[in-house]
Formats: sequence, structure tokens, C-alpha cells
Amino acid sequence: MASKLTRSNRAGWLMALPGVGLIALFIILPFFLAFAFSLTNQRLASPNPTEYVGFENYRDLLGVSIFTLEPERDESGAVVRDEDGQIEYPRLRNFTRNNPDYPNLQGKREWFSWQSGENRTVVLASDVVFMKALINTFTFVLVVAPVQAGLALGLALLINQKLRAISLFRAIYFMPVVVSIVVVSLLFQFIYSPGDGLLNSILSGLTFGLFQPHDWLGSTSTALGSIMAMSIWQGVGFHMVIWLSGLQTISPTLYEAAEIEGSNKWQTFRYVTWPGLRNTAVLILIVITMQAFALFAQINVMTKGGPLDSTQVLVFQAVERGYGKQDISGGSTISVILFLIVLCISLLQRYLTRERN
Amino acid sequence: MAAVTEDNRGMRLATRYAVLVLVAVIFIFPLLFMAMSSLKPTQQLLSDTNSLRAFLPVGDLSLDNYSAAFDRAPIGVFVFNSVLVTGLTVVLTLFVCSLAAFAFVFLEWKGRDILFAILLATLIIPYETIFIPLLLMASQLPWIGFSGIEIGWLNTYRVQIIPFIADGLSIFLFVQYFKDLPRELIEASRVEGASWWLIYRRVVMPLSGPVIATAAILKFLFMYNQYLWPLMVVQAEEIRPVMVGLGYFTDQLNVPWGEVMAYLTIITIPVLAFYLSLQRVFIASVASTGVKG
Amino acid sequence: MIAKLTLPVFATLGLAGTAYAQTELSLWYHGAGSANAEEALVNELVEEFNASQSDWKVVIETFPQLAYNDAVGAAALAGELPDILDVDGPVMPNWAWAQYMQPLGIDEAKLEGYLPGPVGRWNGEVYSVGLWDAAVALTTRRSTLEKYGIRVPSLDAPWSLDEFNEALATIAASGDFEYPLDLGMAWKGEWYPYAFSPLLQSFGGDIVDRDGYQSAEDVLNGDAAIEFGEWWQGLFENGYVPGTSQDAADRETGLLDGKYAMSWNGNWAAVPVVEAFGDDALFLPAPDFGNGSTIGAASWQFGISATSEHPEGALAFIEFALQDKWFAAFSDGTGLIPVTASAAAETENYAPGGPLEVFYDLSKAQALVRPVTPGYIVQAKVFEKALADIANGADVADTLDAAVDEINEDISRNSGYGH
Repeated sequence: MASKLTRSNRAGWLMALPGVGLIALFIILPFFLAFAFSLTNQRLASPNPTEYVGFENYRDLLGVSIFTLEPERDESGAVVRDEDGQIEYPRLRNFTRNNPDYPNLQGKREWFSWQSGENRTVVLASDVVFMKALINTFTFVLVVAPVQAGLALGLALLINQKLRAISLFRAIYFMPVVVSIVVVSLLFQFIYSPGDGLLNSILSGLTFGLFQPHDWLGSTSTALGSIMAMSIWQGVGFHMVIWLSGLQTISPTLYEAAEIEGSNKWQTFRYVTWPGLRNTAVLILIVITMQAFALFAQINVMTKGGPLDSTQVLVFQAVERGYGKQDISGGSTISVILFLIVLCISLLQRYLTRERN
Repeated sequence: MAAVTEDNRGMRLATRYAVLVLVAVIFIFPLLFMAMSSLKPTQQLLSDTNSLRAFLPVGDLSLDNYSAAFDRAPIGVFVFNSVLVTGLTVVLTLFVCSLAAFAFVFLEWKGRDILFAILLATLIIPYETIFIPLLLMASQLPWIGFSGIEIGWLNTYRVQIIPFIADGLSIFLFVQYFKDLPRELIEASRVEGASWWLIYRRVVMPLSGPVIATAAILKFLFMYNQYLWPLMVVQAEEIRPVMVGLGYFTDQLNVPWGEVMAYLTIITIPVLAFYLSLQRVFIASVASTGVKG
Repeated sequence: MIAKLTLPVFATLGLAGTAYAQTELSLWYHGAGSANAEEALVNELVEEFNASQSDWKVVIETFPQLAYNDAVGAAALAGELPDILDVDGPVMPNWAWAQYMQPLGIDEAKLEGYLPGPVGRWNGEVYSVGLWDAAVALTTRRSTLEKYGIRVPSLDAPWSLDEFNEALATIAASGDFEYPLDLGMAWKGEWYPYAFSPLLQSFGGDIVDRDGYQSAEDVLNGDAAIEFGEWWQGLFENGYVPGTSQDAADRETGLLDGKYAMSWNGNWAAVPVVEAFGDDALFLPAPDFGNGSTIGAASWQFGISATSEHPEGALAFIEFALQDKWFAAFSDGTGLIPVTASAAAETENYAPGGPLEVFYDLSKAQALVRPVTPGYIVQAKVFEKALADIANGADVADTLDAAVDEINEDISRNSGYGH
């Protein structure tokens, strides 16, 4: 009966059409154009004709080789060691640059390496910057998505109390969201500033001068972390509000029942609150994941991918290549790869969340 | 005995507020820094950053930065443009996307599922990565104007609005919300002979306060913060938005930080106002839909 | 106040009177919001040109500087370029090659006696001309050098590498400054190739082999370049200069505040230094690292877009701008270097005996334009990243190799960039 009542091809199409049509024209079509560009050598500015190059752009980005470096040996065949006793190896550039014996290594660079006995195994990539961007993007998503969602839930629970002036606090927690991420990035440059920057001053004040000033954005070990912290700070209020609306749809009678049953706070959360938030959780996880993959403005304003590529991320690289280096095809290729990655992840996410239902 | 409980309650209340205030401090301090700095001369602003003075209204305070900022750039024009573009887009988005979501959730029609799957996939495409093909298209699109059909959308308001009306995320937000609405309501109206349009307008939308607020805020922030796209498609200063206008201050050799802070404070106000005005609607509708759980 | 109010009124009346006969020419300019004399002067220039003749009326549109090149690229893609373009000197060959611009068709006799930087040539033709040039100098105080017993170098006898290193070490050892030298690492982007590639050239390397511009091999990663790279890295390792995370505010005020002993900075920043230190201010030539002492050249210039329907009008405007009067006016307003000696004589700062005279001499004696190739846009970015990475501790030879690979790959993908 229900299906008969709700079946309507004409009304369905008519109502979906404006939205679907606009998306097809302004998102899907340009995306297909971008995909087409990724198979060519299209430039932003060039008098040269555009040529079809097949999957060359993809190979240039994704090419990886493994190579084993053997130690330098002296005439007697003994391993050469430097003053500190470290084994000396021939320089990689002897193999990767114009060496006819190793055509597969031509132009590749060291991505990372490890020691195996006397030998050193090196993983080389055609485009190390891209590889680092890939890893950093994943790191960012894997840290930010759960932490931000968790903190947001914590805040939502905190703010979901019946207290005087609670709406003032809610507004304050939401405030960073309304400030543009570009603005936030500018402000945090002052906060993270090395030497006597704000954060260093505060930390040193709190520890009575014990804290040594740190170069937050200038050191490879903290740059990405600093940007993560800032991003979470900026975005958490929004997800708090979504959690909050989820929380408020849970019927008060369920809580009353739980109280009568004598359940403690954790049990109430575990068996009443959390089950009621499942749809909200799916939504939040997807939204945060998408936003995290699109990370761009913070990098563009604060670090431009540095220091030493420790904050390179995919969208920044796509823009840097497409606009900055006038390489539309290269930028488009990164976009397509990003799309495929996120597609796989969201299919996985959907599969996992669906199964539980 | 009773007094002890009173004390306990007082203590617990105090702790609760202490936690709330502590968290609030974390969220407010960079913004406090922005607002306070906008009142200080650049020299003092910079030297204050090494102490708590950065957050306090101390020293040489004035509105000079604001008047200098207004002299430097047509801020009123930028804010007007951004509010206009953002406002129109938000309204159109709410309508178009909720309508589509309504069709996806409540109606059964040929191609619905496959279309929805495609829609979800578009959610993933960051706009930054499709701007160049989009620009090429926009420069060739036709438009019916006062003088007949013209080609090219560049340097207009519409090129800042129309491409962003529909997006997968907004539709998805509405879909997730609509799914939780009681279907009996819709079926009952259907049995009574109400048209789909009427059900959308009279039954579903009035229940959708929270998701409208959420989608509106999300879209508002996205549109208001646009930078790369208007930079590419808008050349005339008269229709330039606020984020491109930021360059009037930051792209200088000696960045006038005091004015930057003043500008940042000014352009934050419309968004804040938008949120605060929505907050009431938002809370009210959340309360009214409490029945649905 | 009255004068201020009446002037625009007259201007409007004047325009209204002649508008019927004038053809509009659009002009794009990069300095939106500069709020200094530059923006006002450009507007004045346009107004005077419009009033000076009855054929053309230039209409100006200004852009924020960092957005300007992207805006032009987008407009070119969409076929919406203006008639007259403002272009940064080293970018011009790219825009000329990509057919954004056309040759000026100017009589070259008119450009005689100009500094080398402000005349933009590509493929043997003049595509752009600037009203000023910029120069970079080691800015410091005479008293600082004297205090540590460091010789004051001159144009004829600049510091050698050893002298320079020793000066840095001496000042660092004194502990009087946070850093002996500020290179301006906070200024990302074009500053890196503009300010630092001359240092590499002085070592004997370059960004790309200028003989045909087909490869960077052995130029950007040869022995000289590696020597430069090791020295460059040493500056940061020894704590002589602030690194890539330097904040922009320190860059602007560090020298004046006494945080830095010396600053590698442009003439545009020289006026405040003179104001603060007076006669004690010193603007020194770049050290000679073995291959002569050089600095970068070429600033913003005017050119004509390829799609302009009225190149003759655009040229008329540009020729109108090429007067000593304007060179001097811009120089007085912005502190930039006038392009002719006769104009320099009319300025406050660059006239013989003026406080910034030395910059004119620097510009004349040492200026070397950045690689004149359409590939420069990519090469500049690759160079910037390589220098930032080396500053942050990356292996010098490997980083320069990678930079060479990327530059060569880009050249071949662009079929040699039309050289």
C-alpha cells in the first residue's frame, strides 16, 4: 500500500530535477572535464596544442620502486665505515640520475628507507612530494575525524545541561566556526609564532619560565599537529551543534526510565544516549571526513606545505600545480586520485555503518 | 543534613560553571586577541603579543584602525556583495536541496537510487579541484539579459551564486533528517489527497527547523568564505566579496596589522549576526520536534 | 578641503565633456589597497592621460597583489583580458609566450638611457616597460659595523665570502642581536628567486642555463650550486639568520628594533630605515661570492594584451607614462628607483647626494634580470621550495637534483618553451 502511495515518477523527477540538474551541470560535468584533462598535457597558459598522453600523469605521480643499496667496500671487500662507525653507502644520485643500468630509477627520489643487515633498502617514488601529501592527508583525516567528533560530543553533553546562561556558553563555543578559516589561520600565525609568540608566552607563564619557546609551525615534528589542533578548535563547535540537535531528539521519557532503573551516568549514556545518536554519528563522521580531506586554506595561509613537506596535503598540491605551476593536467590528476580515494572510503564507511543497522 | 546537600549542590554547580568557563576561555581567546588588537596601533599590537596584554584593552586604544581600513578599501561594498551573494545562495540552496531530498526520501521513482548514489559521490569533490573547468564553462554559458541572449557569466553576481546552489552535502543533510521523520504523517496526508507539493510545504518543512538551520549555517559559511572562485571570475571591484578584499590589507609590503584586525572583526560581524539570529529559530524548532523521537 | 572637493568635480565635468569622442581602454593594476602614493599616482596618471587627449579614455581596475596573476590567468583563459596589463617583469615572457600579450611596437630610441631592468624584452621585441625599478641591498648601520671592527664595503670592493662569513660570525658571537642577518624568509613567493638567486649567481650557479634555457643540469646542481647550498644551509644551522617560520612582523621591524644587525631588503623598505637611523644607515652591495656581486632587477611594468582591439591607444597611454615627471613622481611617492638618470636627478631620494642614491648605482651596476623564459614561473616556484627545504635541513645535493629534474621535466613538457 505504502509503495503505491509513494510511487510517482513525474513528481519525483520534477522535485529532484533542480537540485540534480544543477549538480550535474556545475559539479559532475566539470569533474569529467577535469578527468579528461588528467589524460592530457593541458596547461593553464600555453600556445602548444594539448595532447593526449594516456595515464602518464598518473604514472608520474604514483610510480614507486624499491632499491637495495649495498655498502661501499674497500679493496679488501670490507665494509667502509665513517668516523662514527656508520656504514657508508654510495649516493643514490649515482643510480637515479642518467644511469643507463637503472632506467627504472631515472628521476626517482628517496621517499623512505630502512636498514636490513649491511644493506639499506630504499623506497623511491617518482613524486615524493605527492606521496608525502598523501600520507599527511591521511594522517590529518585519521586524527582529526575521531578527535573532533569526540570532542564535539563531549562539548554537546557539557552544554546539554539545564543551567542559567547556558545559551551564552553555547554561542561562545560556536564562535570560532563563524570566523573564516583564513582569518583563523592568520590569527594562529601570531599564536604559533616562534620565540615570544602568544602560545610560547602563555606556556612559559604557566610553567613559571620552565617551558622553552618552540617553533610550532617551523619544525617538522609539530607543524602538522599545530594545524590539526587549530582546525579542530575551529570546527568543533559546528559538530557540537549537530550532536546537540541529535541529543535533543532523544525522548526525555527514556532518561526518566533509566533513572528509575537506577542506571549510572555511563550506563545512561551507553544504553540511552548513544543508540539515539546513531544517525547523527554517521552524518558527523561523513561531514568531518569530507572536510578533512579538503584541507587547503590553513596550509595555504600558514605553511605552504613546509617545512620539508611536513604539511603537504593533496588539495594544496592540486591547487599549487594547477594554478601556481600552470599544470592543469597534473592538478586534475591529483583531484581524480583524491576523488577515488574518498569514494572508496565513503563506500567502506557506508558499508560498515549499514551492517550495524 | 539538608544544609550539607545544599552545599554539595552549590559546589557541584560551581564546578560545572568552572568547567564551562574554562572551555569558553579556550574558544574565545584568539577572537579576543583579534578584537582587542583592532583597537591598538600596529606597533603596540605586535609588541603585546608576547604577554597577556594581547587579550586586554590596554595601552593606546582608538578606532583609528577602523577609519583607516575604511579609507583603504571599500569595505561596505565588499560586505554588501558577500551578504547579497551568500544570502541569495542560502535561500535558493535551502529550497532546491530540501526539495530534492524530499523526492529522494518520500517518493519512489525510476532512477532514484542510482541518482542518489551518484549524488553521494559528488559530495567528495572539493570545489578547488574543479574550478578551472568550471571557469571555462562559465565563460561560455548563455544568459538571457535585458538586451537579449548574452554569452559569458564572468564578472557578474550570478556566476558567484548559481554554481553553488545545489550540492551533495546539503541534500544529504536533508535526506538524513527526513529519514527520521515519521512516515505515517506523510502517508496519512497522502491518503487525504494532499499533493506532494502541499506535503512538502505544509507537513515536512515546518518540522525541519534544525536541519534548515544546520544546512543554512554550513552554506552561509562556505559562501561567505569563498576566495578562489570570486578571484577567478570577478574582475570589477563593485562586485568583489570580502575574502578577496582581505588582500587589500594583507598583500602589502608593510602589513598594517591593526587594520587587518579591524577588517577581520568587521567581516566577522555579519556571520555572527546570522548565527545568533538563527540560534533562536534553531533552539525553538529543536524543542518543538521533541515529539518525533 | 575645498580644493579636495572641487578637483574631482572638475575632473568629472571634463570627462563628461569629452567622453563622446573617447574610446574606452581597460587597465588592470596590481596594487589595490596600497593606500600609499602608488595607487593615488596611478589614478593621477590615468586622469592626466585622459585629459591630455580626446581619443582614449583609460579605465582602471585594481586588484590585490597576491591575487593579481591568478586573476589575469583566469581572464586569459576566459578571453576577458583588458587592453593594458600591469605585469611583473620576470613573468612577462610567460605571458608573451602564452599569447596574453603583444609587442608594444614602441620606438626603441625612446627607451635609451633606461636602466636595464625596466625594459622587458622577449624574442627580440619589447613587450613591457616599467616606470621604476627596485633594488636590494644589505641594510645595516655604520655604527654596528664599526663596533665590531668590520670593514664597510663599497660597490667597487664588496665583501668577499670569507669577509662576509667572518662578519656574521663576529656579530653572532657578540650575542648583541637575536640574529646577525635577516634574509626575509617570511616573505614567501617571488621574494626568494628575486632576492636569493643573485647570491647563487655570485657563486657561479643559476636557476637555469641561460644558454637556450633548455636545462638546469649542472647549473642548479653543479659544484658551484652545491657550494652555495652548503653555505646557505650553514646560515641557518649556525643560527645566523631566522628560518622559514620567521613572522612577517619581525621581518618588517626587526632591524629597526635591534633584533637583527643586518637585513637583506629592498629599496622600498629603505625610507623608514633612513628615518630611524639617519646618516648611520648603510645600504651595502651584495657580497662577491666569487663570480661578481649581483642583485635582481625588474619590477612591475606596463604591457598590452594580445586581445586588445586598440593597441595604438594602449601604446599612447604607455608612452604618456614614460616621462621623467612620472618616474620622479612615483619615486618620490613610493621610494622606488627612477628608470633614468635625468629623472633620478629630480627626485628627493635618488638625486646626487640623496639618501638612497646608492640604490640607483646598485641597480645600474649590478642588476641582472631573472631568467628571461616562459618557464620562469615554474622555475621560480621550484627554486623557492628548494631553498626553503635546504634552509630546513634537507640534503643539499639531493634537493638541488630534484629541483633540476622538475625544471627539466617542465621544460620538456612545454616543448622547450618556444626558445
